Amino acid sequence: MITEIALTVGVIISLIIGLFFTGVAGIGLLKLDNAMSRLHAPTKAGTVGIGAFLMASVLHSFLLGQGSFHEFLILGFLFITAPISANFMAKVNLHRQNCTPPPAPPRDDMWATLNVPEADRELADPQELA
Amino acid sequence: MVGTKMKRLIQKILPHPFLTLLLAVVWTILQNSVSAGMIVFGIILGIVIPFTTARWWPDRPDKMRLVPMLKYCLLVIWDILVANVQVAWIILTKSNAQMKPCWVVIPLELKSPEAITILAGTITLTPGTVSSDLSDEGHSLLVHALDSDDPDAVRDEIKDRYERRLLEIFQ
Repeated sequence: MITEIALTVGVIISLIIGLFFTGVAGIGLLKLDNAMSRLHAPTKAGTVGIGAFLMASVLHSFLLGQGSFHEFLILGFLFITAPISANFMAKVNLHRQNCTPPPAPPRDDMWATLNVPEADRELADPQELA
Repeated sequence: MVGTKMKRLIQKILPHPFLTLLLAVVWTILQNSVSAGMIVFGIILGIVIPFTTARWWPDRPDKMRLVPMLKYCLLVIWDILVANVQVAWIILTKSNAQMKPCWVVIPLELKSPEAITILAGTITLTPGTVSSDLSDEGHSLLVHALDSDDPDAVRDEIKDRYERRLLEIFQ
C-alpha cells in the first residue's frame, strides 16, 4: 500500500517536471528572437523534459506490476541523436548566414561549414535562398 | 611469448570489449526481462557484431577507461539537471533585449574524432550551449552560448570540466 502511494506520487511529480520543462521549451521557441538562440530551447525539452516523462513511464510500469526498463534505452538513443540534429540546424544557420558571424578560429583557416568551394559560393548566398 | 600470443588472440576475437559489453546490456534491456538465455545471446551478439564490423572501423580508439567514463556520464547527467533549471529561469525571466548570446571558440587538445564527438554532444546536451561547428582542420570547436557576459569563462569551464576528463578517458 505504502509503495503504491509512493509510486503514484512519483509518477505525478515526474509528469509535472516533464510538463514544466517541455512547456518552457515551447515558450522559448516562441519567444527567442534569433535563429541560433532558438536552438537552445529544443535541447532542453529533449533532455530533462523527455527524461521526466520516461521516468513517469518506468514508475507507472512498476505500479502495474510489470517493471520495464525500455525507457532508459529511448533516453540513451535520444541523448545520442539530439545533439546531431541540433548540430545540423546550427550548420544550416551558419551556412545561410542568418546569425552574427562567428569569430575566426585561432589555428585553422576557417570553420568547416563556411569553407565552401569557390564555384559554390553563389549557392550560399542567403538572398537567393530566401 | 605465450602471453603476447594469447593477448593478440583475445584482441582479434574481442576487438572492442566496451562495444561487446554495451551490445550485451542493450540486448538484455531490449528483451525487458533478465534471463540466462537472453544474457548469453546478448554476449554472443556482442562478440559477433564487433568481430565482423572491426575492419570498417580501422582507427578506433584502442583503449578507453571504463570507470572514468561512468563517472563522466554521472557528472554530465548532474550538469544537465542543474543547467536546465538555470536556462529555464533565464527564458522565463529575461527579455530578449537583456540576453547576451555570443560565440565561444574552444581550442581543442583532444585528437581522436570519437572523443571530439563526445565533447560536442556533451556541450549540446547541457542547456545554454550548443556546439555548432568544427574548424576545417579540427583544431577548434565553435560553440554558441545563450546568455553569457564572459565567453572566456564559458570556454575555461568547458575545457576544465569536460575536456580534461575526456583526455583522461581516451589517453
